[in-house]
Amino acid sequence: MKYLLDVTSLELFKEKCTGCGLCAEVCPHAVFAIKDKKAEITDRDMCMECGACAINCAYGAIKVDAGVGCASAIIGGMITNSNPACGCGDSATKNSECC
Amino acid sequence: MEKQVTGGNIQKMETPGGKGAASCCSPAESTTKADAGSCCGQPKDALGQPGVVDGSSRPATVTVEWSQADYIGQIKCRLGFSRMEYTVSPGLYAVGKPDNGSDVLVSANYKLSFDILRHSLKGLSVWILALDTKGINVWCAAGKGTFGTDELVSRISATGLKGIVSHKRIILPQLGAPGVAAHVVHKKTGFNVYYGPVDAKDIPAYIAAGYAATADMRTVKFTFTDRLVLTPMELVPALKKYPLYALSVLALFGLGPLGIRFESAWSGGWPFLLIGLITVLAGAFVTPALLNVVPSRSFAVKGWITGMALLLASSGFTGIFGMDYVLMVATFILFPLLSSYIALQFTGSTVFTGMSGVKKELKFAIPVYLLAAFISFVLIVIYKLREFGVA
Repeated sequence: MKYLLDVTSLELFKEKCTGCGLCAEVCPHAVFAIKDKKAEITDRDMCMECGACAINCAYGAIKVDAGVGCASAIIGGMITNSNPACGCGDSATKNSECC
Repeated sequence: MEKQVTGGNIQKMETPGGKGAASCCSPAESTTKADAGSCCGQPKDALGQPGVVDGSSRPATVTVEWSQADYIGQIKCRLGFSRMEYTVSPGLYAVGKPDNGSDVLVSANYKLSFDILRHSLKGLSVWILALDTKGINVWCAAGKGTFGTDELVSRISATGLKGIVSHKRIILPQLGAPGVAAHVVHKKTGFNVYYGPVDAKDIPAYIAAGYAATADMRTVKFTFTDRLVLTPMELVPALKKYPLYALSVLALFGLGPLGIRFESAWSGGWPFLLIGLITVLAGAFVTPALLNVVPSRSFAVKGWITGMALLLASSGFTGIFGMDYVLMVATFILFPLLSSYIALQFTGSTVFTGMSGVKKELKFAIPVYLLAAFISFVLIVIYKLREFGVA
């Protein structure tokens, strides 16, 4: 299943890429492929901005505005004027309805 | 040396102090983002600190089988009962009879996840390292950073993992990757992070293939069944608000110039009690279940379509077309959008919606919701005033 088109913040800087392939390994939606020892984006609309590729790239070749794609978290962020965060797991808030 | 804890799924190992270490919950592999939460309630048979290997205690051994209590715990979790307390103690656990050459599988301390992991390890002798994810599943916790580099690094040192295994290989669930920088873990601990498959059931095949996952094992699925098991957690929160809604509806229709009249509360209100239920069903159940069938990529639009479709389909029961036209217009404005709002909440449970997309939807949807709520309110006021013979 594919979500909205042309919205992802995913960016790949090919000049920094060493072709190690870790981005292709960690991506749960097969957004990356390695061709000619460089990563390339196959279908950017499959990206869900989880950030796995960027945090695992030791060479800083990937940038993505990672975050939760969760309406209630984002609405919460708008109301409190903070970054959208899922309430799950904050021991202070025993929110059993979350996630 | 080992004996089975009665009724539990964890065997305790006798320790020099004579106190066994066991806990009902342990690490787990999450298969979907929405497995978040922690269940289990502190296990009654938790006898000590599992996992801490400091010479006085040894890792608890867990079985791969599920007990009846595990099954019940899972059902409770899925329905939303005490899921935030369904945890296992963070630390190291043994499956089978692992030794210093055995693999180390890292997981969360959400018992639902931990159970799915251990259940998939039949015939294997491995270590499980449960991180303290505050009882949240791997993927959600990775997004929050609790299943993260820092926690992994400190848990490796707290459990003395270097003294337990002689190799430098730790296997993480692939969905833990958003929280972990493999290169940083290597730099800080010397351990090499291997990202295993998305789904715990593929772990034996992954290990057998020499730590290689197929492309299929690397992609996350979201089948009809996957979505269906998530719907109770959409329905339950929405239905919790239903009694308040029902009360408001009855008060609105019962309200007369001379006070509340119960007869008109019921006669005017019951179609809306039904429409309210149908709307919740449309947004929280039908839209998620038929996600791939309902048109549009937008969850807000999907929810509106489903809400409108069910509103029309139920018109024979609710008699909506026979109502006062002001009331009818308000109903057609308000309820499909309510279904839309509820459906939008499911973005938090899916495996493919990103933040930028949800933000884009909200930018459009929230003003529409607010405007619709305002118009409906005005229409209802007009309806009541006409009823009172004022307007």
